[in-house]
Amino acid sequence: MDFTFTEDQLAFREAISRFLMTEAPPEMLREIWETEEGRSPTMRRKMAEQGLTALSVPEAQGGLGMDDIAWSLMTQELGYYAIADSMADTAYVATGLLNALPAGTPRRDELLAQIAEGDVRIAVGHPVNPLVADVHLADVVLVEHQGEVHALSREQIGYERNPSIDSSRRLSRLSVTPNAESCLADAVHGRQAWDQTLNRGALAVAGQSLGLAQRMLDLSVDYVVQRKQFGKPIGSFQAVKHHLADVASKIEFAKPVLYRAAHALARGEAGAALCVSHAKLACCEAAWLAARHGIQVHGAMGYTWEVDLQMFMKRCWALDSSWGDRAFHKSRVAKAVLADDATIGPQYTFGS
Amino acid sequence: MHLNYTDKQNAFRAEVRAWLKDNVPSQPLNSYDTREGFEEHRAWERKLYDSRWSMVMWPEHLGGRGCDLIEWLIFEEEYYAANAPMRVNQNGQLLLGPTLMEFGSEEQKRHFLPRIASSEDMWAQGWSEPNAGSDMAAIRSKAIRDGDHYVVSGQKTWSTRASFADWTFGLFRSDPQSQRHHGLTYLMVPLDSPGVTIRPIKALNGKEAFAEIFFDEVRVPVEHRIGAEGQGWHVAMATAGFERGLLLRSPARFQQTAKRLVALYQANPQIAERDPGVRDAVIESWMGAQAYAQAAYHTVGLVEKGAKIGAEASINKIVWSELDLKMHETAMRILGAYGELRGTAPEAVDGGSWLEGFLFAQAGPIYAGTNEIQRNIIAERMLGLPKA
Ligand SMILES: Cc1cc2nc3c(=O)[nH]c(=O)nc-3n(C[C@H](O)[C@H](O)[C@H](O)COP(=O)(O)OP(=O)(O)OC[C@H]3O[C@@H](n4cnc5c(N)ncnc54)[C@H](O)[C@@H]3O)c2cc1C
Repeated sequence: MDFTFTEDQLAFREAISRFLMTEAPPEMLREIWETEEGRSPTMRRKMAEQGLTALSVPEAQGGLGMDDIAWSLMTQELGYYAIADSMADTAYVATGLLNALPAGTPRRDELLAQIAEGDVRIAVGHPVNPLVADVHLADVVLVEHQGEVHALSREQIGYERNPSIDSSRRLSRLSVTPNAESCLADAVHGRQAWDQTLNRGALAVAGQSLGLAQRMLDLSVDYVVQRKQFGKPIGSFQAVKHHLADVASKIEFAKPVLYRAAHALARGEAGAALCVSHAKLACCEAAWLAARHGIQVHGAMGYTWEVDLQMFMKRCWALDSSWGDRAFHKSRVAKAVLADDATIGPQYTFGS
Repeated sequence: MHLNYTDKQNAFRAEVRAWLKDNVPSQPLNSYDTREGFEEHRAWERKLYDSRWSMVMWPEHLGGRGCDLIEWLIFEEEYYAANAPMRVNQNGQLLLGPTLMEFGSEEQKRHFLPRIASSEDMWAQGWSEPNAGSDMAAIRSKAIRDGDHYVVSGQKTWSTRASFADWTFGLFRSDPQSQRHHGLTYLMVPLDSPGVTIRPIKALNGKEAFAEIFFDEVRVPVEHRIGAEGQGWHVAMATAGFERGLLLRSPARFQQTAKRLVALYQANPQIAERDPGVRDAVIESWMGAQAYAQAAYHTVGLVEKGAKIGAEASINKIVWSELDLKMHETAMRILGAYGELRGTAPEAVDGGSWLEGFLFAQAGPIYAGTNEIQRNIIAERMLGLPKA
């Protein structure tokens, strides 16, 4: 029993964090978001050079072969720096989907190798998401069709863009006509892979939300220490302190839930879906509280386009319902916990 | 990260489970907030001690098993799952014990620790005074040195189960000129000393759950001081950390309550129709208890690698106390018209235990340092916000 990360995992997180701190400051993100495509090929190439896209690609295909546990740290960094979600979708979610398909699946190894190199952008169209992110730039779109896994190029699909309150989001309604040639895996293999993909997508959102929550808390702490009213920093007033203490508590208690879920997913535990839904609910709730209290302690300044806080708030609001909204995840938890044969109680913290 | 128990841990769990199965009283004991129940609990603690289950983390020469934190968590999980009696000597075992281990003299350790483990001595906590609650540094009770004794005068209050306890430990002002947290001394005082008067205070449930302690020139031998004269604040702060941190409220306690809440909800299926919000509250309760347990394992992992528990202890305190409230409020919503019934009522559900728990949960955000004070600590020490 060891609920901590290895030195390697922590060092990798630290390296990515330092990299994003210099390469992805808020001013840069604002600039990128104003562009038509909303994505920077330069930043993407640099992230690939850092090894981010190769993280969970198996070593045989030129990757680092790390698992969901490593991603529970990495997605927090993507959230903290508000990196647009195509990175998580390609490098984590799509990689996991391809990995879950049996060896010998057409195009599987080739796509994995391309992901590791950072040469390909993949959008993932899971039925749980009515609109699909990042199709406008994707080289390949993986879609579900009657349980099967299909890979189509952007040219093969129709899509209509839907602007979001989060200027970094690029959402599309897809219209696809899958065919025998686009089919990578049949429904037997596909169903299981899609289930896992849903869990990975939800976990990626959970991790990003937690990172966003931490960023909003840090921004708020910085602000309340500097801003003075009644001759004192507003951070010395108790009402302000308590708002932020509550955010800190929510974050602290969501973290282990996220890590627990990542572990369950990596090990293919029977209770993984329950753990993932719990994690997504806990992390998104922390992020929403960080946003609400964050804007409150910023006063009217928080309601402006000018403060950086707005970018992180909008991201967490937007992500909240992706990869299964709260109702979806809550009913998964209810189904598991209220089942007649549920193993719950003190002895079942780590499953039965 | 690997979240599997070792063979040794599994064997330990099996051993705990088997012992509890053979030994947990089949009928619940009387409330330890009554004299009769208190003595029944003392006897139960003695039984635990005789089989070395009283303080599993204490070393073997003190009657413990030298367990590590994971084994302790496992022990607690089995203990609560077996519905074993609540522990009554937590003041001695979780607060004074560790304080003595860190600051006590060899002589004090040798004498007091085994008696604490066996509950031969039961301890009351003497921090609060009528004008020193949240502001503990405002205490005024005096302990003036007179040769090899301190002469103690003043008043403590809200002292849990002091009516039944044998000893109290607390802070006293040994330097009459001193202010705030300077000049305080940490003393252990036998409650049968001449000059001690105890006046029970009835708690919300009508029982004598706490008491006022009056000291009228009580002579306390210098050997009963812990740490140096005037250093009491420093010693007490270490003790406060133990209380709020993990040990006072192990996650298993709340996981067991969450499990009972799920069962209560399932036994009352019509409630979901009348109030769909209740299902939500039940699920949230289970998730809260589960998260608390996962956080505990996570913290233990870090502590075993050398981390120190800091302001996290304050977060824990807020989380468990608010979770406990939420779970009992939810139970009351499910019970509806039956919620108000006392345990003696013929139609009481679960022996009135939800109502008792609901009443006690009201105190959680107040004792062990109010949640407002904990939030201040988090904001100032963890987030670095300026003091008022
Ligand atoms: C069931 C129970 C058992 C107890 N057992 C013991 C025991 O065994 N031994 C013992 O010594 N004590 C015990 N206590 C006492 C407990 O520690 C005190 O009640 C607690 O510290 C609060 O002090 P107070 O009651 O004087 O409230 P006050 O300090 O008067 O506080 C009243 C309210 O004001 C708020 N407040 C006060 N100061 C501040 C501030 N600076 N910032 C924000 N809010 C503030 C508080 O949070 C609270 O909401 C027990 C209490 C209870 C309820």
